[in-house]
Amino acid sequence: MSALIEATALEKHFAFGEGRLLSRRSGRLRAVDGVSLRIAHGETLGLVGESGCGKSTLGRLLIRLIEPTAGAIFFEGEEITRRPTKALREKRRAMQIIFQDPYGALNPRMRVEDIIMEPLLIHGAKSDGPTRQKVSEMLNLVGLPRHARDRFPHEFSGGQRQRIGIARALVLRPKLVVCDEPVSALDVSVQAQIVNLLQDLQGELRLTYLFIAHDLSVVKHISNRVAVMYLGKIVEVAEKRELYAKPLHPYTQALIAAVPVAHPGNRASARAARARVSGDVPSALHPPAGCRFHTRCPYVMTICRAEEPKITEPRAGHEVACHLVGSS
Amino acid sequence: MTPSESKIEAQELGHEEAPTQRRRPFLVTIGRLLHHRLFLTGLCLFGVIVLAAAFAPLLAPEDPNRLAMRLKFLPPSAEHPFGTDNFGRSQWSRVIYGAQLSIAIGLAVVALNAVFGTLIGALAGYFRRLDNPVMRVNDALMAFPAIFLALGITAVLGPSTIDVVIALAVAYIPRTARIVRASVIVLREMEYVQAAVAAGAGHWRILRHHILPNAMAPLVVQLSFLFAYAVLSEATLSFLGLGAVPPTPTWGNIMAQGRQYMTEAPWIITVPGVALMITVLGLNLLGDGLRDVLDPRLRVQQ
Repeated sequence: MSALIEATALEKHFAFGEGRLLSRRSGRLRAVDGVSLRIAHGETLGLVGESGCGKSTLGRLLIRLIEPTAGAIFFEGEEITRRPTKALREKRRAMQIIFQDPYGALNPRMRVEDIIMEPLLIHGAKSDGPTRQKVSEMLNLVGLPRHARDRFPHEFSGGQRQRIGIARALVLRPKLVVCDEPVSALDVSVQAQIVNLLQDLQGELRLTYLFIAHDLSVVKHISNRVAVMYLGKIVEVAEKRELYAKPLHPYTQALIAAVPVAHPGNRASARAARARVSGDVPSALHPPAGCRFHTRCPYVMTICRAEEPKITEPRAGHEVACHLVGSS
Repeated sequence: MTPSESKIEAQELGHEEAPTQRRRPFLVTIGRLLHHRLFLTGLCLFGVIVLAAAFAPLLAPEDPNRLAMRLKFLPPSAEHPFGTDNFGRSQWSRVIYGAQLSIAIGLAVVALNAVFGTLIGALAGYFRRLDNPVMRVNDALMAFPAIFLALGITAVLGPSTIDVVIALAVAYIPRTARIVRASVIVLREMEYVQAAVAAGAGHWRILRHHILPNAMAPLVVQLSFLFAYAVLSEATLSFLGLGAVPPTPTWGNIMAQGRQYMTEAPWIITVPGVALMITVLGLNLLGDGLRDVLDPRLRVQQ
């Protein structure tokens, strides 16, 4: 399968200044630090990692919501990294985003119809019958009643708002949709509904997803491949089954061990113990030298503290950045 | 969507169909304001002054500038409800026509602030590059107390009604701009703004549809307080002889003139003073009410 979107050595650094009265220190937060990835047409790439590891930043970089510091982005083979705003507009049709917070993602002063219609108007549609008809179709597609369009966002529940956000993202018939933790803020009972809806829509509209989440259980359901991110870098990417069955990176192993299971007794407790990780994520302002995970890794070796592991591909389609794998 | 799911969602939707929730946010806000006692009190107080100003020729048929020396220093009576001043002019007429000028100047200052304060604040808040240069100039203007700035400007421009409006606008626009800028900076990062960017919206559309409508609440509150400051400052300036030129009656110059006769004819200084107090109190209550209703986070526990 050809790549719909591809990023090479993508970096996003945020400059910041810590103002004390007289001394002023400044630094750079490396939110995304040299990430390469590709997403094929029609697939769902799950992107997981702890809070603050840069996964949302990466998602927004890919669709040019924020400007990268370095690296390149190719959408359908065309480089869009430095394309100016005007020239980017046509590409924007094909790249949309669904947000985490269903409350902050909808303008409280716009009716649902205007919210869903806005992307169409931006791309030259007139506010007339056919356009309104499209809005009705979108409402139907995401499972909202027709009369929802005359309402304001505050009249809806979290799950319904998320459906409105999905309708807005899909009304332009995009190819790539970045789902930025679309279910993290929802009740567990509603989460499944939204995940199922996203899956149905993917089939119907031939969508490609970058599905960002902070736990592996949601991602396991929807993804074809899964990428694991730690402190601004992708540490492991593999087919879903491969990753869950044979995680190579100690961090991935720890994440998988941390997924709650219905019957803990059935689980191989040895595996859980082996993959135990302690401590907090180090500050992204001062990431550890060498392998960024070495401060928490149960198998840390001398080389890990000194040298950053390169990405290797021990198995076809399974990439990992870890000295344990490189040496064996 | 499975049947059970649609049922759950339908129930949720039904649950939120409370009567007040179904209407436009704007109408909901009006409804809440009409149930707010302080707001209504403020509305009545300010309303009296506004109506008096609006219907000045009807309420006060007597020319406020007609001199009648033999009628000077008459105490309040049926014929002259607020008495007469040192030139025998009807205080009733003068105070009512003074209200007209106060309200007009207040409105003009508020309008100028609404336009330029919003423009400057929105540009500084939205375009990061403009923020620093614009706000430093703004801060420099804010460093002067508003009334001194206005005093200085009227001293340069000379005393006239237009100059007072310009002076007060220049003195208060930086404060309004700062409030708008603060809202815009918060709103700029909202996810619905990001969604509009992702859809390809231009800066103008984002400001017009997503940022400014949501930045209005604190601005409206600020403008209602500003109205009070403007009326008060105008009175101060004309009390000091820097406002509209006599014989045009303003509350400030009537009070300045009444100051000399405070013991013989205390009504001359008292009546415009009370009118000023009612206006400022009314506007402040109005502003408090608006703030309570529009921005519940700032609501004072009662």
